[in-house]
Amino acid sequence: MRTSESSFAPCHREILALDRVSYAYGSQRVLDGVTFIARERDFVGLIGSNGAGKTTLLRMIVGLLKPQHGEIRLFGTPIGRFKDWHLIGYVPQRSHFNPLFPATVREVVLSGLYGRRKLLRRVTREDISRADDAMGVLRIEDLADKRIGALSGGQQQRVFLARALINNPKLLLLDEPMSGVDAQTQANFFQLLRHMHQHHHLTFLMVSHDLETVLSYLGREPKETSGKLAFHVRHSHDLEDCEETDLLHTLRKEG
Amino acid sequence: MDIFSFEFFQRALAGGALIAVTAPLMGLFLVLRRLAMIGDTLSHVSIAGVALGFLINVYPIAVGLAFAIVASFGIEALRKTYRSFAELSIAIIMAGGIALASLLFTMGKGFNVDVNSYLFGSIYTLSRTDLAVIAAITAAVLAVVLLLRKELFLLAFDEEAASVGGLPVRFFNLLISVLTALVISAAIKIVGALLVSALLTIPAACGLVLARSFRQAIGLVMAIGEAAVVLGLWLAGVWNLAPGGTVVLLLIAMLLGSLAVRRMRV
Repeated sequence: MRTSESSFAPCHREILALDRVSYAYGSQRVLDGVTFIARERDFVGLIGSNGAGKTTLLRMIVGLLKPQHGEIRLFGTPIGRFKDWHLIGYVPQRSHFNPLFPATVREVVLSGLYGRRKLLRRVTREDISRADDAMGVLRIEDLADKRIGALSGGQQQRVFLARALINNPKLLLLDEPMSGVDAQTQANFFQLLRHMHQHHHLTFLMVSHDLETVLSYLGREPKETSGKLAFHVRHSHDLEDCEETDLLHTLRKEG
Repeated sequence: MDIFSFEFFQRALAGGALIAVTAPLMGLFLVLRRLAMIGDTLSHVSIAGVALGFLINVYPIAVGLAFAIVASFGIEALRKTYRSFAELSIAIIMAGGIALASLLFTMGKGFNVDVNSYLFGSIYTLSRTDLAVIAAITAAVLAVVLLLRKELFLLAFDEEAASVGGLPVRFFNLLISVLTALVISAAIKIVGALLVSALLTIPAACGLVLARSFRQAIGLVMAIGEAAVVLGLWLAGVWNLAPGGTVVLLLIAMLLGSLAVRRMRV
């Protein structure tokens, strides 16, 4: 599969590959030979009902679980040897965090920069200004010193998106980002993601329930199915060249 | 009579002041990771170690510490087996610790062991060696937490994001357990094994309702812990009360105060 890689256009690199991935909790098989490839600038919707193995698969892609069979590759590298985690932005399920957690919006956005690459490093002035940029792009700069638990659902979504964008990622992982917010907020948030997909050099993997807004964008026919999981994909052709740009910088210019 | 002029009391106060910084700090991370009860478990296991130390005539705090560290590895291992029932592993190890402690204490009946001083704390028994050990543990824990505070924050806030950041999540989980084991074995002689978990969790409970930022929460838990321990030990010394109980009741009073402040703010 990887030998044919060069035959793809430069904008069509393999970003995420699942190669016959299986996982079972004891005797209960959750994932059975899931195979899928996401290429550069794909918007992938991973749709499945509760218990279909969405969370398990996502935990494997972020490196918290090891597949019992099969292989996961990130940017062409087997996940066990993958080191460039800064290329990946992660937007969590909002319901996973405790609203009493003592953290300001700025602290949460900045935490997107904490990782192995910057272990033991102090927060620099440049880090702070990147956080300000990320908050500016998502129009949450006025909330910077507010406690995150005090924000509305839609505002919290933007905080987590800002945290994911601060590293200038190439792959955005979104875990049920629409859960627990009203329909209007969902639509606004998805509009934002759509815009980013069409105009920027980003690949999306969005884990979701069956969601009308998402499916109407991606198309109803899944590209791959595996058990109760379905991968819906839309590729973006809007950008002719594959120029690598600083995402925050260009988003900021667009205003 | 001025209690402050006694050397044993000065030692207790110094030891307490040190523990009052690190225990609430580790407690904050544990509470945020929803592992508040781990402190109770490790302290009960370390009591078993203390008992063994008396029995075989080895420095009790060292044996208690060794037991607590083994127990923290045990909890991590069981946590993997029971996955979403993490508190089950905590309960099992705690029961094992108490059982072992009670056996060892009955075996050691002939020894002149003041069990009470380890269960409820004592300000009369802190030796110079104890104080040196407590100081070393405090320095080590503070250094690690301050150096890794950004990463520990991310881990507490969002484990998936920490993993995406490339942080070795399993290593950090173990690190938190081991640091907690260190703090607890240093604290039991002052606060007592039965009450040490209060010193870990109650300041964090105050911090959760009062602090807006993580930075504030860290400052608050240490300030609250410090105030309760220093005041508590002083009151215990003057009126000859159990130090652990005095400190914990003060902490609960401060928690009630924090809740009242929050209510006024809203």
